[in-house]
Amino acid sequence: MAVSGIVILMQIHVDAEKCQGHNRCYALAPELFDVDDYGNAVVIGDGSVPPELEDRARLALANCPEFAITILE
Amino acid sequence: MASTEDFTMVADWATDFDHADPQYNRNAHAIWAELRGTCPVAHSDRYGGTWLPTTHEYVREIAYDTENFTSRGVVVEKGLPLEPAPIGGAPPITSDPPFHIEARKLLLPPFAPKKIEPWEPEIRKLCNGLLDAMVDNVAQGKPIDAAADYAKRIPVNVIARMLGFPLKDEELFLEFVHNVLEGIDDEPEIRIEKFERLIQYVIAQIEDHHASPRDDLTSYLMSVELFGSKLSVEHVGGSIILLLIAGIDTTWSAIGSSLWHLATHHEDLARLVADPSLIPTAVEEFLRVYAPVTMARLVAKDHDFHGCPMKVDDWVLLPFPAANLDPLVFPDADKVLIDRTENRHSAFGLGIHRCLGSNLARLELTVAIQEFIARFPSFEIAGTEDDVVWSVGQIRGPREMPIRVIDNQI
Ligand code: HEM
Ligand code: SF4
Repeated sequence: MAVSGIVILMQIHVDAEKCQGHNRCYALAPELFDVDDYGNAVVIGDGSVPPELEDRARLALANCPEFAITILE
Repeated sequence: MASTEDFTMVADWATDFDHADPQYNRNAHAIWAELRGTCPVAHSDRYGGTWLPTTHEYVREIAYDTENFTSRGVVVEKGLPLEPAPIGGAPPITSDPPFHIEARKLLLPPFAPKKIEPWEPEIRKLCNGLLDAMVDNVAQGKPIDAAADYAKRIPVNVIARMLGFPLKDEELFLEFVHNVLEGIDDEPEIRIEKFERLIQYVIAQIEDHHASPRDDLTSYLMSVELFGSKLSVEHVGGSIILLLIAGIDTTWSAIGSSLWHLATHHEDLARLVADPSLIPTAVEEFLRVYAPVTMARLVAKDHDFHGCPMKVDDWVLLPFPAANLDPLVFPDADKVLIDRTENRHSAFGLGIHRCLGSNLARLELTVAIQEFIARFPSFEIAGTEDDVVWSVGQIRGPREMPIRVIDNQI
């Protein structure tokens, strides 16, 4: 969990072992996920999710076919 | 064995299924639903012994288990593939670990999202050219074939251009693909003979690229290195054949099935026409429900799979489409909900063989639907369901689909 001021931000994580580059997260939440040259996902920055993007983070998680995304709240 | 394997109609899907029976693809959803409830790993003696799991859990378990199941064979046929594991005849799809990832890593960069996105305007232009060619027939009230004259033409053109192959040979590529994927009932000698023609064609293209290298996938494959040396001609040729075979029938089927759905569900068509921003979400639902690709594996070791005695070299069909319809994983699995936002479907496979072309396929599918319904906002099947011809074999989708455009102002 990251602390920004007094707000504790949601944190996303991609398990590189499980990710197979289906690219759903990048399509649904490009503000939170990027893809590398091989098409595998990486979280942008330190993975903190601003409150207004929390729903997007959950959407990406719910669409990852490999169960590679986790969220810490 | 030949006499028992000659094609005879299937009487009981739980004990004698044959995915080459024309009734299989036509009735696939009902067959899987029945098997999932009564016999989640069905067996048939055909093709020397074949298993058919139909739950998400089992399909997923097999896709992840590269120890007990090898990708040496991914298309069920009467003979066994000649090339041994772990490389197989068309890397990376026929490869197993540890070789698989090495061959896959060579192809991942050219198919990564940011390399595929720039193709969008080209694909849009291509779709519009195909639609332009249909306008006369539509104006005269004649049916158009949305499968053969639209869905089919898009992926064949795109992959031919990516590989740098002559576009005039598109018909030939389609014939090659047909022989591999739908000619599964051919005797092994005939299959090998037909395959040999494809190999010779690809070798001629490689030689041509050798003489004059250009900025395309063929030259790329000829230039990259694996373990410190250039790829063998067999490897380059195998990968090219894979790209030709894997990209054409699959995407054709996905576009065709999506248009079939819209032709038969007018409320969904009207909704997408009114709100095109919903198309990407709808495309994922079409991919889930009409997932075109069933893969296969060969059993690598004798073992017990949830009570089923699997033997080395038994075939195992891997129906990702059936997994996508499992009610344990998808609420209202049998309903097509074009605004379904949580959609963890496995149309592009699961695990290490995730479709390399998925970014390209999604782009072609999305653009194809956008342009078709923008041009023809209302349409239906011309004639009856019997006028729609479905494919035979592991790739499922309409091959001929007469469409009548309704009240089009053009
Ligand atoms: C809607 C269209 C498509 C669908 C549904 C689809 C589906 C699949 C599936 C399920 C697999 C997994 C194979 C396995 O587990 O053994 C796969 C692999 C593959 N696909 Fe696709 N595919 C499509 C389009 C394409 C396109 C357009 C291309 C390339 C031009 C392509 C190239 C490949 C390749 C190279 C592999 C092998 C990847 C590996 O083994 O690592 N596919 N595809
Ligand atoms: S959706 Fe999942 S598998 Fe796909 S790129 Fe994102 S994390 Fe990886």
